[in-house]
Amino acid sequence: MSAVASARIDNGIRMEGLVKTFRGPHGPIHAVRGIDVSIAAGETAALLGPNGAGKSTTIDMLLGLAKPDSGTVSVFGRAPRDAVDDGLIGAMLQTGELIRDLTVREIIAMMASLYPDPMSVDEALKLTGLKDTAGQRTQKLSGGQTQRVRFAIALVSNPDLLVLDEPTVAMDVEGRREFWVIMREFAARGRTVLFATHYLEEADANADRAILMAHGRIVADGPTTEIKARVGRRTIRATLPEVDPARLAALPGVASSDRHGDAVILSCTDSDQAIRALLENHPLARDIEITGGSLEEAFLELTGEPDVDESGREVR
Amino acid sequence: MNGVAYTRYELRRTFRNRRFFLFSLGFPLVFYWLLAVPQRNNHNFAGSGLSVPLYYMVGLAAFGTMVSMISTGARIAGERQAGWTRQLRISPLPARAYFRAKVLTGYGMAVSSLLLLYASGVALGVSLPAQRWLGMTALILVGLLPFAALGILIGHLVTTDSVGPVIGGGVSILAFLGGTWFPITSGFLRTLGPFLPSWWLVQASHVALDGHGWGARGWLTVAAWTAILSASAGWAYRGDTNRV
Repeated sequence: MSAVASARIDNGIRMEGLVKTFRGPHGPIHAVRGIDVSIAAGETAALLGPNGAGKSTTIDMLLGLAKPDSGTVSVFGRAPRDAVDDGLIGAMLQTGELIRDLTVREIIAMMASLYPDPMSVDEALKLTGLKDTAGQRTQKLSGGQTQRVRFAIALVSNPDLLVLDEPTVAMDVEGRREFWVIMREFAARGRTVLFATHYLEEADANADRAILMAHGRIVADGPTTEIKARVGRRTIRATLPEVDPARLAALPGVASSDRHGDAVILSCTDSDQAIRALLENHPLARDIEITGGSLEEAFLELTGEPDVDESGREVR
Repeated sequence: MNGVAYTRYELRRTFRNRRFFLFSLGFPLVFYWLLAVPQRNNHNFAGSGLSVPLYYMVGLAAFGTMVSMISTGARIAGERQAGWTRQLRISPLPARAYFRAKVLTGYGMAVSSLLLLYASGVALGVSLPAQRWLGMTALILVGLLPFAALGILIGHLVTTDSVGPVIGGGVSILAFLGGTWFPITSGFLRTLGPFLPSWWLVQASHVALDGHGWGARGWLTVAAWTAILSASAGWAYRGDTNRV
């Protein structure tokens, strides 16, 4: 790693050896079981995983809301609490309603007043498309509007680090689309963004990098394209009657093959090599389709298998 | 940054919540009218030499303001349930600014309650020298400090399900042992009473009757409770970062 890159990471977010266990009614719940993550300043990272993967607990530790049992967190070289006190972090937590009896404008202005270098309230209203709702009381808002106000509260602090924990849960399709446009616009200002989601397409479309969590551990971490390449095999489908699947499976770049009537399906480790070999050896192959592995498949492959904790008990 | 704007918005939204506002203030007031109106011309209540409207105005001044202060706890429990407290915790709002806002909204309610009660008393013929009005009011405001802290403490310890019974029960017991409803003149309760902040709140309201403020014991007791409950409220707030 070059000196420049390491300095950038030092200036970003660093979580080392984080462990958090809760007491549950049936024994300890190992929410986070030793994770290491570094996020460079300016990076947009997705924390991806199913419910119960430990995403929210990780975010709570990042924000100083939960104290790790062991491990350290540093946000721009500071302890989380200090980063919060310095107004460097804006966050939209997973659960949360708004307090009532204030207008949208007032609640945003109230939160803006707490930060050293906030955005103007008008800018936050404009960014989040709340201009026409500014005079409404918070208790009269729809679920989608409430999420927008919560997003505006996170943005108005003008944070260096924006943390979003499953931000689009209560939104409709159009609301989601607009939300990510705003998020990317904000990230393009050079801010660091970490968002948790279990919508794979959101991570794929909006993050530079995906950190996959399952059962309290990180199971993959890299650019979304790299994660797909790592496990998402490409598939070749073709119409090719009367060829023994075993012969096809022996072609270079092919891991396995399957026959459904006249159609064959080749699962490939290297689809470029496989398609060349297929056409050379079986020129009659037609209706050829090559499909890439989706992040969804990658995700299932990486996190779908049951995990076993130290006691040998299967954990969920 | 120093939380002044935050306090202003907190006050604004407290006074905008009509249901909370009317119930908190209306309850002692309705109580007062029910008790005092039928006997408003009785000028020697139970041989005390005091008129009925004066007697109950004083009793409900202590009770009503105590309810106003502790009710802060119900509001805080609601905010915790909504996840709002966690939202504040990830902002730079200092703990002392948060407490100041909560204490001031409690005082806002308490003062409103007092003024309505005084106005009702005057309407029913209560008349006092100016220094008694002022002395009673000033001492009540000081005597409310432990209850401001108690409200915050309850709000950060109790969930919305149980905050009603906790506050209702707590207020009833404190009011009873403090001598709000009838004078406690002898026995174990007479020994116990002066250890409680509600006792001194009632004594503060009695400035209207006899012109006497607290002695050293009163000041010390109120100061001690304020210190203990404030420290406990601070501890409860600091520990209160989990999802509720």
